[in-house]
Amino acid sequence: MSVTIETPSRPRTRKQANWEKYGWLFMRVSGPLLIVLIFTHLVVNLVLGDGIKAIDFAFVAGKWADPFWQVWDLAMLWLALIHGTNGMRTIVNDYAGQVKVRRALTTTLWAVCALLILLGTLVIFTFDPCPAGASAELLASFCPAQ
Amino acid sequence: MAELSVPTIESFTVTLIVRRFDPENDTEPKWEDFDVEMYGTDRVLDALHKIKWEQDGSLTFRRSCAHGVCGSDAMRINGRNRLACKTLIKDLDISKPIYVEPIKGLPVEKDLIVDMTPFYKAYLEINPFLVATDKPNKERLQSPEDRARYDDTTKCILCAACTSSCPVFWTDGQYFGPAAIVNAHRFIFDSRDENAELRLDILNDKEGVWRCRTTFNCTEACPRGIEVTKAIAEVKQAILRGRA
Repeated sequence: MSVTIETPSRPRTRKQANWEKYGWLFMRVSGPLLIVLIFTHLVVNLVLGDGIKAIDFAFVAGKWADPFWQVWDLAMLWLALIHGTNGMRTIVNDYAGQVKVRRALTTTLWAVCALLILLGTLVIFTFDPCPAGASAELLASFCPAQ
Repeated sequence: MAELSVPTIESFTVTLIVRRFDPENDTEPKWEDFDVEMYGTDRVLDALHKIKWEQDGSLTFRRSCAHGVCGSDAMRINGRNRLACKTLIKDLDISKPIYVEPIKGLPVEKDLIVDMTPFYKAYLEINPFLVATDKPNKERLQSPEDRARYDDTTKCILCAACTSSCPVFWTDGQYFGPAAIVNAHRFIFDSRDENAELRLDILNDKEGVWRCRTTFNCTEACPRGIEVTKAIAEVKQAILRGRA
């Protein structure tokens, strides 16, 4: 007696492509990077030199006059916001059962993230501590008198 | 004639507080406590038997082999997923009541019995069988090293202790769950199997391995000591590499 066994492999209807793999990879890469970026940021700002007393408008202006710190802060801004938003998205996926609620929350998250990234990037690159044409009492003390 | 002295075996009384649900009469589960006289060699399963046989015959739970092999009696004992047949009562804190609940994340049918269908469905989805196109006349040979590669995950008894301890699975039943991934791992890393790519593709799903948050609940819950979280991590790595 012979028994015919059909090929057991069931063809799987492929679900829509997803970015979860890249999301996971991004979290793994940005996490360690952020540890370095943030702790260096904290040490440079709060510990080295005059320490916490050195922080004022002039200190920030001085840092952003240097392209190195511009890029540093830019990397911190982008990585932290995307890392954080993706983490929030994961939590939303866990706890928002209804598709509509889930979609609304996720869309809001990414919209806020994009807005903050946009504004932050704009500030880092267009920051001018002594804007021309500003009234004298608003200008910082180190600005050349106009 | 000398009197025959029979040493008495020490016994103790423990209170079991069991989460009960009768779908015909209850709208929601309730706790019920039972006092049972137990010995040092008794397990939680023996206590449940004693309750069912001597106190309340309506107490419902699954068990088959009663020796830690069939995987029928996974339940939440004192807040941890364990097999009732492998948990000695004397190893728990018997000065306090012992809480026994059904495993979480799967619909309760009655008392300690849950509907395992979603669990098995996820298991079936990963094609839990050897796929090989060759038709050998003898058994397929494998080196001890190749066999050792997936040895840990062959130990799974599908008791669902891991999957029902996973916080991601609790809130999102769509997640494949640790048990399905462990059983995929068992074939993905089997040198005789030819379908690793399909399984990796299946687990690259939105609800696949990437949902794992590495909380290690599954590793802690596994009554067989499988390093579940490690197995999931290996599957993640294999997906990133694109092969086993």
